Amino acid sequence: MTSLPAFPSGRRLGLVIDLDICVGCHACAVHCKEWNTGGHPAPLTDRDAYGTDPVGVWLNRIHTFEADEGDDVRTIHFPKSCLHCENAECVTVCPTGASYKREQDGVVLVNEDWCIGCKLCSWACPYGAREYDETEGVMKKCTLCIDRIYNENMPEVDRVPACVLTCPAGARHFGDLGDPRSAVSRLVAARGGHDLMPELGYKPTNKYLPPRPRKTRARDIGAPRRLVPAGNAERLLAKWMDRIFTR
Amino acid sequence: MAARFWPTRAREVVDTSPKVADEIKYSTCYMCACRCGIKVYLRDGKVRYIQGNRDHPTNKGVLCAKGSAGIMTQYSPARLTQPLLRVGERGEGKFKPISWDEALQLAAEWLGDIRETDPRKLAFFTGRDQSQSLTGWWASQFGTPNYAAHGGFCSVNMAAAGLYSIGGSFWEFGEPDWERTKYFMMFGVAEDHDSNPIKMGLGKLKGRAGTKFVSVNPVKTGYSAIADEWIGIRPGTDGLFVMALIHELLRADSIDFEYLARYTNAPWLVIHDPGASDHGLFLRDESGNPLIWDTSEGAFTDALDMEATPAMVGEYKAPDGRTAVPVFQLIAARYLKPEYAPDKVAATCGLGAATIRRVAAELAHVAFGEQIEIPVAWTDWAGRHHDSFVGRPVAMHAMRGIAAHTNGFHTCRAIHLLQVLLGSVECPGGFRFKPPFPRPVPPPQKPAGKAGEVRPGERLPGPPLGFPTEPADLLVDDDGAPLRIDKAYSWENPLSSHGLMHMVITNAWKGDPYPIDTLFMYMGNMAWNSTMNTKGVIDMLRDKDPTTGAHKIPRFIYVDAYESETVAFADLVLPDTTYLERWDCISLLDRPICEADGPADAIRQPILEPDRDVRPFQTVLLDLGARLGLPGMVEDNGDPKYPGGYPDYIVNHQRGPGIGPLAGWRGADGAHHGRGGVNPDQLKRYIDNQCFWSYHLPESHRFYKFANGPYLEWAADFGLIGSVEPIIMQLYSEPIQTFRLAAEGHGDRQPPEAHRERIRTYFDPLPVWYMPFEESDVDRDAYPLHAITQRPMQMYHSWGSHNAWLRQINTSNRLHMHRATASKLGIADDDWVWVESHHGRIKAQVRLVAGVNPQTVWTWNAIGKRSGAWALDPKAPESQQGFLLNHLISELLPKRKDRDGPEYSNSDPVTGQAAWYDLRVRVTKAAPNEETVTFPQFDPQARPPGGEAPPRHSRFGHFFNPKSWHRDNGRTRR
Repeated sequence: MTSLPAFPSGRRLGLVIDLDICVGCHACAVHCKEWNTGGHPAPLTDRDAYGTDPVGVWLNRIHTFEADEGDDVRTIHFPKSCLHCENAECVTVCPTGASYKREQDGVVLVNEDWCIGCKLCSWACPYGAREYDETEGVMKKCTLCIDRIYNENMPEVDRVPACVLTCPAGARHFGDLGDPRSAVSRLVAARGGHDLMPELGYKPTNKYLPPRPRKTRARDIGAPRRLVPAGNAERLLAKWMDRIFTR
Repeated sequence: MAARFWPTRAREVVDTSPKVADEIKYSTCYMCACRCGIKVYLRDGKVRYIQGNRDHPTNKGVLCAKGSAGIMTQYSPARLTQPLLRVGERGEGKFKPISWDEALQLAAEWLGDIRETDPRKLAFFTGRDQSQSLTGWWASQFGTPNYAAHGGFCSVNMAAAGLYSIGGSFWEFGEPDWERTKYFMMFGVAEDHDSNPIKMGLGKLKGRAGTKFVSVNPVKTGYSAIADEWIGIRPGTDGLFVMALIHELLRADSIDFEYLARYTNAPWLVIHDPGASDHGLFLRDESGNPLIWDTSEGAFTDALDMEATPAMVGEYKAPDGRTAVPVFQLIAARYLKPEYAPDKVAATCGLGAATIRRVAAELAHVAFGEQIEIPVAWTDWAGRHHDSFVGRPVAMHAMRGIAAHTNGFHTCRAIHLLQVLLGSVECPGGFRFKPPFPRPVPPPQKPAGKAGEVRPGERLPGPPLGFPTEPADLLVDDDGAPLRIDKAYSWENPLSSHGLMHMVITNAWKGDPYPIDTLFMYMGNMAWNSTMNTKGVIDMLRDKDPTTGAHKIPRFIYVDAYESETVAFADLVLPDTTYLERWDCISLLDRPICEADGPADAIRQPILEPDRDVRPFQTVLLDLGARLGLPGMVEDNGDPKYPGGYPDYIVNHQRGPGIGPLAGWRGADGAHHGRGGVNPDQLKRYIDNQCFWSYHLPESHRFYKFANGPYLEWAADFGLIGSVEPIIMQLYSEPIQTFRLAAEGHGDRQPPEAHRERIRTYFDPLPVWYMPFEESDVDRDAYPLHAITQRPMQMYHSWGSHNAWLRQINTSNRLHMHRATASKLGIADDDWVWVESHHGRIKAQVRLVAGVNPQTVWTWNAIGKRSGAWALDPKAPESQQGFLLNHLISELLPKRKDRDGPEYSNSDPVTGQAAWYDLRVRVTKAAPNEETVTFPQFDPQARPPGGEAPPRHSRFGHFFNPKSWHRDNGRTRR
């Protein structure tokens, strides 16, 4: 089995995903795919790509479902990728040391040269975030764009995961969740960001921001519930007849 | 946690700074119609990565799923590889490859004969074309009036209603003031349209305190899912809902009268003399200027007299005895009627009356109670100084869901009327125009192609598309019969300013109004998802005259880059390049990429050399034009005028003095923008500026553009508009009234009797609501449900299925149905059902949901494919489980026993917009023993010669990763 870092640095790089504004457009998933199929875990194989049962490796997927909330049935778009857990059992179950968590930033990676494709890690992940590449015979997963976030061949502004860079709604944020003063930590605090399935104890690094309360009532924006009629048609016309309209 | 078991070994050394590109080139996306800026990363001659361009006005760095999948479209096995000549039967897909020279020679022969005899016999229609200023000009130089792009089956109602009302409309014409709006209402939006700007805008809007986003849509998907309030309205009733909101605002006297008096024709006087030939026209002075009643002077005065205090209501007697009333009086009289009260319309709309009342109250509260002000001084057209821009922070946006109904034109106009009554058009926080809009209402160009204007060997005297303002502008013969093959600008659909592409094949097949010789189409998938009555249209393309054995549509030239369904039916296929292989211009003369803060345009540049024998269509079109000797495309000695193809044209063509396809860096030194001479280095200047040009208006020009004096002067000087006159929004449309008057028997140009009542009814100068035609014409009990499509944000029409990544997201589609509705019909989730309309039936599998209007079923648009098309496996889910609603939609209105009249197209009676969303259906559970395959199925389409064999598994990208090389040659490690 493989050990987690004995002396983690305290830096916990991860994502904050805003479920209030995610429209489920799949931009993040496809942008992840295009960057990573030629990046650190390249390739992300697409089996039967033009055939009857196309199944590809995606490091980020969007799940769309309806959630019943009393009177309101909410349609949820839920993007999900590796959450880079503190207690990453996908690492500890790995028989070869291929699956590991970096000391310096907490990013969980797979060393493909050591991976024997046994899939124990994907069984251990409660979030279903690992993707086995049948063609390559190795496990793939979100690298947090390890080949972007420190990349000195890129302008600094581009050194963020591809999913964050492209999200049209601005629903994805990247930063150090180990630092309470970081922008992402403050965002999580301000918006009541939470862990996915915290009861399992994996201590995921990524956080989700819950949808803001919906403003469905007039008073939510300080408006009256209805307008007060100023008279019937006849009276209104008479009123407007007497009024001076300046230009 | 587990004990350390595996001995420590050398850890992986991660290369965190790999080289990302040999070269990065800028261009413009074309994975849909949004025209975002992109940065294309190249490594080893291949596309490594496509990123959104942060500096680009449209997408500001972001890129959607489609744009991010550009790599897989570039390397799609469905790319056509060479010109093809049909050798089998139409639809079989049997072709022989021919050379470009043969192909162009053949096309030139066919078209040359037509031009010399009867140019109308060429019908040239383009699909989601971004070069319409070239293709339209080409058609006019050829001399055929039979030209249009896809607007007639897309959203012409939205465009026309805006241009005939406020001088612009949504999307390219304008945008919500995302930074400042507090209340945003979105109606019926297809989620693949304008998608990055809307997503960026919604993200911003929801992050600001005190805002509200209301989505009005029968279907609760992407945008509606994050709305503060989703209003799941019944399809086709939005107009009634909006009129009820107007009713509430009028009744509460919550109207911006100052705005109406200054910027609209609300005070203009309308002659009230029922039965007279000028009834409903504006009262004008001897010079033809519209008049208002000045209450302070007690006299008539010029409508543009800004010193006057105009009357908004009342009746005024002109010296000649005629009575006239202000437009606003007509508006008030109509919408104050009890029939528009929330209680009266609620059931029809499928909404609660309290909801309608509340939304009206919220609109008024935000518009008037939360007024904003930008402290920037400005001057209006009359020279009056204003200290600030006052804003009513309510913004609206609407699109296809509103437009694609037979009542869509009036519904779109009603939405504009609502915005204008609130004073929220073109102000801070409201809906803002993007230059070149606003334009005069309507823009001053008329369609060419009248009798006598179409002559053998001659060009048309003007563009084929334009904006009629009276019956005299129609393209009809002396008997009132249509002159265009699609019957645009005829009495059937007088204001069809984008043509009716959806009627071309049906009309040409029937020879109604006349037979054509050659159908020439560019990337409109008319044998599949872009047509109504798909099976019928396929049969028409195949149909032959039994006596001569010739096809009813004798010749069909088709241009596409990919193996779409339509390719199989063409006689001659001209293969186009991909969007990364060619030059293009996103021109101010066409559908530009402007922002509210200023105009912009852009180019595409070739990033890659084609590896196939394909040519960019625009260059091919210019080549064909030169071979035909078309005016403007050849020099006096007959040599081609643009031997360098499309880029040569982009730089050197001038539409008017100093006006060319691109506005940036004009003049020999590149120092001029807008107007200026030719600059031979223009494309280089664009490339140096990341392939776009933009100009930011000074702050004092940015709002109230229709009345902003310095803005109007600048825009006229720049060539965006013809004059500095203020643009007065036309709430009451006099051009529309002229058609009604004709229908009532006035004037020389009279509608044929058969059309008279229809014109009289639907040419209402104020917005009106009526039941969509299919709903009113079919038995509503027999077809109790509405059926519509929604567009997935990650697919653009049929373009995504040959993309190995995008197809995985929507490999097939389901019929979405409300749980309660399904339960009443005994239908469970995953059941197979038959869906029947008055026109046809399909079989599909259901998915039960709660987020849909209970009287509505819906599916994703254009996921269903014909077996074998797009280089997919003939048994791919797209054809076996995917389906089209198109099979249920007739291109003609339902026949009614009680109505014996002309056969009308299934289109808006004003504009000819295809009424996709009028569809009514019934749904029944399929028998348990029925095959779980969608119906109808078609014979698998054969792949044309030269098509690349699709890889079984795609390992795209492995060549960029040295670590994966040892796993190359398709070997797997296990």
